[in-house]
Amino acid sequence: MPRHLRVRIAFVLLVVAVSVWYLYPLKRALNLGLDLQGGIHLMLGVEADKHVASQTDRTAEDLKKALERKGIGVQRIAREGNSTIQVELASPQSWNDALTAVAEFSTFTRRDENQAAGRFKLVMVERQINQLRDDAVRQGLETIRNRVDQFGVAEPTITRQGADQILIQLPGIQDPARAKALIGKTALLEFKMLDEQTSVEQALAGQLPETSELLYGREIDKQTKAERKVPYVVQKRTLLTGAELTRAEVQADPNSLGNWQVAIEFTAAGTRIFGELTEQNVGKRLAIVLDGNVYSAPRINERIPSGRAVITGHFTVDDARDLAIVLRAGALPAPVVLLEERTVGPSLGADSIRQGLIAITASAVIVFVFMLVYYRLSGLIADVALGLNLLMLFAFMAAIRATLTLPGLAGIALTIGMAVDTNILIFERIREELRLGKSPRSAIEAGFRRAFRTIVDTHLTVMGTAIILLSFGTSSVKGFGVSLFIGLGASLFTAYFFTRLLFDLVYMGRRKLEQVSI
Amino acid sequence: MIELFRNPNFDFIGKRKWAYIASIGFTLIALVSLAARGGLRYDIDFTGGTLIQVRFERAPAIAQIRTNLATIQLGESIIQQFGDAQEFIIRLPLAAVGSEEISRRVQGALSANDSLGKFEIRRVEFVGPQVGRELQLQALYLVLAGLIWIAIYLAFRFDMRGGVAAVIAVCHDVIVCLGGLSITNREFSLPVLAALLTIIGYSVNDTIVAYDRLRENRGKFVPKGRTFAQQMNDAVNQTLSRTILTSLTTFFSAAVLLFFGGRTLEDFAFVLFVGVITGTYSTTYVAAALVVDWTNYVEGRLRRGKKAVAKA
Repeated sequence: MPRHLRVRIAFVLLVVAVSVWYLYPLKRALNLGLDLQGGIHLMLGVEADKHVASQTDRTAEDLKKALERKGIGVQRIAREGNSTIQVELASPQSWNDALTAVAEFSTFTRRDENQAAGRFKLVMVERQINQLRDDAVRQGLETIRNRVDQFGVAEPTITRQGADQILIQLPGIQDPARAKALIGKTALLEFKMLDEQTSVEQALAGQLPETSELLYGREIDKQTKAERKVPYVVQKRTLLTGAELTRAEVQADPNSLGNWQVAIEFTAAGTRIFGELTEQNVGKRLAIVLDGNVYSAPRINERIPSGRAVITGHFTVDDARDLAIVLRAGALPAPVVLLEERTVGPSLGADSIRQGLIAITASAVIVFVFMLVYYRLSGLIADVALGLNLLMLFAFMAAIRATLTLPGLAGIALTIGMAVDTNILIFERIREELRLGKSPRSAIEAGFRRAFRTIVDTHLTVMGTAIILLSFGTSSVKGFGVSLFIGLGASLFTAYFFTRLLFDLVYMGRRKLEQVSI
Repeated sequence: MIELFRNPNFDFIGKRKWAYIASIGFTLIALVSLAARGGLRYDIDFTGGTLIQVRFERAPAIAQIRTNLATIQLGESIIQQFGDAQEFIIRLPLAAVGSEEISRRVQGALSANDSLGKFEIRRVEFVGPQVGRELQLQALYLVLAGLIWIAIYLAFRFDMRGGVAAVIAVCHDVIVCLGGLSITNREFSLPVLAALLTIIGYSVNDTIVAYDRLRENRGKFVPKGRTFAQQMNDAVNQTLSRTILTSLTTFFSAAVLLFFGGRTLEDFAFVLFVGVITGTYSTTYVAAALVVDWTNYVEGRLRRGKKAVAKA
């Protein structure tokens, strides 16, 4: 009787039981990739440097105020690059006072000092830059997650990739264009006064004061659906931003039937600022600007103490709803750019599954029948082992929550072809030993022993290339690498351990072994 | 018992001169085709751009699609039938406008007049220029990493000669596969890259089996007067049944993917299909043959060296 037969049987049964447990129920166990179930895959790059630049701008602003408070005259304060502030004092006399004031801005260091000219530069320290860049990505990710959650997608994947990329996977989404617009929007809401001193014609002719800028609003003609750009001259100074919002909700526009608007409500601080700015600017026009586009520019009729306002702009109900979502979720700290997009419709995904399954089934059937015909009873043993191999492969993928992609399915089809190689190596070796005149028992013994070294070599080389594929970032190639690697691991286990066990059960247990069916 | 061969004894290694000519010929054909077409045709994964897969309710004329798309001015679009007559793939080069705008414009152009009928957009892929460049580099690194891994593993398990010869054999297979892609005018895409990596692993598999056998035989009793070439030939013959059987099963798996896997997997399966054939061939006629000639050359020089010493 072969060694430890009971222990080995128990072990194999345990493996089968664990595999089945992981695979039950099948529908939930396997995580289908977007190429199979449809959905969108977006890779966004966060322009983190812009966050650094805007923080530098803010500091420059604060610095200017701090210097002015101390009565230090400033000739010029401007940002240079993303993280440097140039300071030029009105007179070199105030040098020492200025340095004392600057010392409070501890995240910046002084450079290129020129006391005689009253000039110096402030450079943001490296650690702060990295911190800000990291914040931009982390907050961006949080904001996007917030928006996606409010939009309502089942099982979204939103993860950070590398230093400044965000990967978003939304399975089974119906309207990819809308989802993309919702995610990619910076959603920086700003309230600015119109510059009513400068006409649009003057601005277009280039006669624009330094404190103003030309922004556009979009109007869509009801009849022709054509888009028209309307220019506005807007003061650069931002009076209030979307950061001060507490609420944003969709309402029907009472003034124009079939249109929708977004009602917003400010925080306590926002309400105070809004009250003051409306009080000081009665009769003037306030521009509501989102991501540099003017949505509307209503005239202020009176002071608004309630902290409530509406944003109108001929929205459809979906437009209004999405705008409310991005306003509630907040602005992205830095703009994002779309690096990569892959959208697969649900019908294509279903086709892919069908074709992938046909391919796997067909290649499995071919291999199974071939082994049975060529190696007879031993072929049947190999087939059973191959079945266990597939079971383990799927179970392991379920256990590690690996995603099954179309190339992954192809990898499985290929694994079937290669897994059987292990059995062929063993069986051919046993046949050879038999031809040399060995007894069946020692031929089986020698066949397994001799083939094993080769099997380990072949598996390790291919598993090595599978690891290289795994380390590749792109999901389709990764999926292929995962199934190839797991498939080969399972094949190594089954062919040697399980096939051997079956041989021991079928042949070696017999008292007299005359012949091997191989 | 069904047997393909019973104690086969073909003179594979003896015919290696012819095989060298064939191998160099295949490699040249592949290289010439690649050169003539100005290198590989890269998929948008590597070049950046937009791909839109559309399924029409009734089979349209490709010229009509082209006419409709000409109005949107997004650069030279490539329109290809994909799978059956109703399904098409439209590729657009990188443009200044975003992917959102591109798919909106394409959708608009296709439905601009009723000549194309109803359609469904089934897939949109957009790859930015940055990602494309990154992927191109990564692809190169991947293939190099695969080759280096194999060279190291084989040099470690066998010897330097075996490692180098196996890597040359694998390079031969990769070039032939790329040539096949070029001749059949297929694109180099991410799945194709995955297939190439698999072929690198597969091709070296066979080589290992032959080397393993040679080493095992040499560890035992070797009949006197058996040259190294003959020993290698024995090893190839002894593993012939296994080589053919395994190649056949893998070949069938690849063939099934090629013919039933659908259009999406076709290029991937094509590389596997070609790779299995050339991988099997190159084991004997590139890797084993090179090891034989290399060993003969080194031993020949040693012998001449000894003779020279003896004379002096």
